[in-house]
Amino acid sequence: MASGTFAESGADLELVGIKKRFPGFTAIEHLDLTIPAGSFFALLGPSGCGKTTTLRLVAGLEDPTEGSILIGGKDVTHLKPFQRQVNTVFQSYALFPHMTVLDNVAFGLRRRKIEDPVAKAHEALVLVELDHLAARKPQQLSGGQQQRVALARAIVNRPALLLLDEPLGALDLKLRRQMQLELKSIQEEVGLTFVHVTHDQEEAMTMADTVAVMNKGEIEQLGAPQDLYELPRTAFVANFLGQSNLFTGHVASTTSNSITVDVEGAKITVPTKRAQRHKGEVTVGIRPEKLHLHKDEPKKAAGINSIGPGRIIDVSFSGVSTQYTVAVPGLDNLTVFQQNTTFGPIAEEGSEVWASWDVDHGFGLEDDPGAAPRFPADTDTATIAVQKRRALKSELEEA
Amino acid sequence: MAFSAFATGTAKEQAPRRKSKIALLLLLPGILYLMLFFLVPLVSLVITSFQQPIPYGDIGEFQNAFKWENYVEVVNTYGEHIFRSFAYAILATIFALLFSYPLAYFIGVKARRWPLLQNLMLVLVIAPFFISFLLRTLAWKSILSDESFVISGLKALSLMAPDAHFTGTPAAVVFGLTYNFIPFMTLPLYSTLERLDTRLLEAGSDLYSKPAMTFFKVTLPLSMTGIVSGVLLTFIPAAGDYINASRDFLGGTGTQMIGNVIESNFLVTLNYPAAAALSIILMAVILVMVTVYVKRSGTEDLL
Repeated sequence: MASGTFAESGADLELVGIKKRFPGFTAIEHLDLTIPAGSFFALLGPSGCGKTTTLRLVAGLEDPTEGSILIGGKDVTHLKPFQRQVNTVFQSYALFPHMTVLDNVAFGLRRRKIEDPVAKAHEALVLVELDHLAARKPQQLSGGQQQRVALARAIVNRPALLLLDEPLGALDLKLRRQMQLELKSIQEEVGLTFVHVTHDQEEAMTMADTVAVMNKGEIEQLGAPQDLYELPRTAFVANFLGQSNLFTGHVASTTSNSITVDVEGAKITVPTKRAQRHKGEVTVGIRPEKLHLHKDEPKKAAGINSIGPGRIIDVSFSGVSTQYTVAVPGLDNLTVFQQNTTFGPIAEEGSEVWASWDVDHGFGLEDDPGAAPRFPADTDTATIAVQKRRALKSELEEA
Repeated sequence: MAFSAFATGTAKEQAPRRKSKIALLLLLPGILYLMLFFLVPLVSLVITSFQQPIPYGDIGEFQNAFKWENYVEVVNTYGEHIFRSFAYAILATIFALLFSYPLAYFIGVKARRWPLLQNLMLVLVIAPFFISFLLRTLAWKSILSDESFVISGLKALSLMAPDAHFTGTPAAVVFGLTYNFIPFMTLPLYSTLERLDTRLLEAGSDLYSKPAMTFFKVTLPLSMTGIVSGVLLTFIPAAGDYINASRDFLGGTGTQMIGNVIESNFLVTLNYPAAAALSIILMAVILVMVTVYVKRSGTEDLL
């Protein structure tokens, strides 16, 4: 550890063949990951997927069972946390309750014997707009303020790598949005490498340059948020990052630039380059907002997929858009988002509709549909609610 | 509560008065008890400390007076004992703290993963309380006596001079005091360390702090409440203790503490004013030392 100096700039992080086993379970199966210097990287996944363990491994709070960790090309696998130029913003903030805000922020500087820790701590507090509360104790601050102190305490050290462990988890929506923007601008300002762990897909997509979706101790897919969203490779990514309508069927015909899948009689075409598998049973999908609803059967046309007729079983209004659930015989329920460009829903509950979409918007997944589903296909809550309402209505009519 | 803001003035005034009546009623037994068994004896003690012997009276017969010279006399006569008492008590408190802190840290922090071990160790800390204080001290006397296996073994190994003793020495008294007050030190330390958030230690380590530094900057300040209450619970009774230093137990002629002097003045020489004056001095010195200690350790807001 270079004592008394700051990191020149953000460093890149490399995880090589990491495996982490705890007594009784394996948190990380096999992880290879390179995070370039100066980037804002998000590790996204459901709870228990190993993302926090990954972060703790990088911080040095856990030792990997196998593999090595390199920061800026230097092997730090066996270094203690205090020897690594890495700082963490903890999920619980972990602010020292017996110290003032200023002493909390200056803590790391004092331990490294950096000159003029008080002035530098004040600078960091100015950055998070909390300098006026420097003399307070952490318990006297609100959750959002504590979170900013935790952030200041970490960035004041100018670490090569800043780790953020769901730092916005405890905040309300409005403060969360504000902090997301602030974090992003601070990252751009100081040019450090940020590794952000979250289970909030929206947060990951708005803030990070690169998102890695983790599931069951492995990285499912890694890329820019837009690429991940528009072209998910697995069913897990397709459903964890936003919503998707997925169809499974046999490839019926293939042309030079597209494949057509037969799903219970409905023909769905996907561009070859947007599909991961081109033969046998394949799963294809389309994002709900790419679908268009029609009250009459749309004309067959090249470059358009259409499904129908189906019946609308639920309409839910969410301000910007309206979500329709369409039951199509032989297929899973379709979810359709329509922008509310005019007043009111464009179709009533119970009416017969067709759905169509541009062939270029579809995607094909690489999962083997033959294999057991990763998650049991349970009915989603919206459908359960609709079914309950139906049952109640018929019961009332009978009475 | 919120509604009282809209209530009329009279209602506001009545509410606390009703409350205070009930509070007074509940406090009454405690107040009466303290009056009878603390305030009255204290006043009587102060009066006794200024008494003078009845001229031509029997031994142990005194009359009320304002003989403040009693205090000068006892300080001159027993200054050495007073000093020794506080020296032994301070040493015993320091040793008990040094012994108890790692023990309490282990039980409260390291053993968190094994609740069974944690409970077992706590029982072991408390277990000595099931045997009388006197019996335990007597047991140590026989364990450390000249004929005992321990002392004869040490002598055989030439670790102790052949004609040396352990019982009757200041070391034995401090040892006895330390031993007897360890549970009083360990339990408050345990109760604060048990609540220590180990995530703060991780944060310390993450912020370039070596383990020893994290201990002094984070763990120690956060366990200050436990240290203060442990020190008070050990120091105050240890300063007035007269069992360990007594010749019948671990002490000798050269180890008499203020407690022993008070005892012999009261029960043997029947010099009540001297004993009372010594008690008041003991109380005053403890009060001053504790106040200074609590102020210095900066834990007034934690107490």
